[in-house]
Amino acid sequence: MDRIPILKMGDYLLVTVQVDMHDRLAMTLQEDLAERIVKARARAVLIDISALEVVDSFIGRMLGSIAAIARVLDAETVVVGMRPAVAITLVELGLALPGVRTALNVEKGMEILRRSLGHSEGNGNGAAAESVAPPSEADAER
Amino acid sequence: MPVATKTADLIQKYEGEILQDWMQAQMMAVTSRPDLMQKAELEEQSRVLLQNLAQGLRSGADVADIKGAAWQEVRDFLGSVSQSRARQGFSPSETATFVFSLKEPIFARLQRELAKDGSALAAELWALTVLLDKLGLYTTEVYQKGREEVIARQQRNMLELSTPVVELWEGILALPLIGTLDSERTQLVMEALLTRIVETGASIAIIDITGVPTVDTLVAQHLLKTVAAARLMGADCLISGIRPQIAQTIVHLGVDLGDVTSKATLSGAFAVALQRSGLSITRSSHRPA
Repeated sequence: MDRIPILKMGDYLLVTVQVDMHDRLAMTLQEDLAERIVKARARAVLIDISALEVVDSFIGRMLGSIAAIARVLDAETVVVGMRPAVAITLVELGLALPGVRTALNVEKGMEILRRSLGHSEGNGNGAAAESVAPPSEADAER
Repeated sequence: MPVATKTADLIQKYEGEILQDWMQAQMMAVTSRPDLMQKAELEEQSRVLLQNLAQGLRSGADVADIKGAAWQEVRDFLGSVSQSRARQGFSPSETATFVFSLKEPIFARLQRELAKDGSALAAELWALTVLLDKLGLYTTEVYQKGREEVIARQQRNMLELSTPVVELWEGILALPLIGTLDSERTQLVMEALLTRIVETGASIAIIDITGVPTVDTLVAQHLLKTVAAARLMGADCLISGIRPQIAQTIVHLGVDLGDVTSKATLSGAFAVALQRSGLSITRSSHRPA
């Protein structure tokens, strides 16, 4: 595999890493993604790395720079499905990816993106409303 | 290869006398512990050791090599004596003295037997000293090994016991830390927390440091590492249980907790967690009687 496919879904771009990343692959992904964000006028990028078992400092830095590039192009990035071992490795490498948003799985990642884009469709709205409504109801009862 | 075959004959000849003198020396010594061991038991141990020793000497085995097959019985016996004495509360030097105190009665007899042959006496004494010294040290070694096993086992137990991750509510985990955080424990804590995050799909984790005695820069760094790793998995971390003393230390050391939310109490952090999950606790209007 010489490149990782990027899927477009509405305003979102979906990237699922299904193979172990090597340096060339990560570079290609970064270039492709930058182009696709502009071409598709994407507002958000979701990168699923649940199949990624090994990371090194280069891949860690690439994830950070992909998110930074997306932010410059006005697109939110969320990295989802990181494995515990990968998370520990990145932290030990000193790469805590401060600018990158993260979520446990694709579902939660999509919810974060929906909420931050302020979409008024389906679950995103429901979840957003839920987080505000109950405390105010409680206040009213008191 | 120094051997001490003459001593073997000597022990056989005067076994009763040597045993009697030895017992007397042991009872008189400052290391004697009549509170821990009855005289009869001590006498039995002394008798068995003397017999085993004589048997080993008679075989003409090298006294410098107590790991050899000839000394197997002596070794086994001393090993079990050392272990049982350790359990009874003897100190290592008291246990080693049990062996060393045998020198005097045997040396006295050797001197009398070999008074005319100076060089033979010196050779016998040397061989016997080498043997008894090695055996005495062997008891200490066994004693120490037993202690080390206990320590290692307790250490393992402590590591396992001290990393519970509890689910306070759906999507909210708590990690009550007790004891000092070193890098080995941080690793275990991190693994336990991240594994539970995957299992439960939790989005908020509360790290409670009420049980952590001191927070220095290193501990803070370990805490922040754990927080960073949890964040990479998509879970937010709150730190709770910061005692006033600890808060002062943190500020004086200039430790930067970054943008991690910290609360004084676990309940405070739980309230924040509930709020972030869109949940709230209300008082029921009709209370059970």
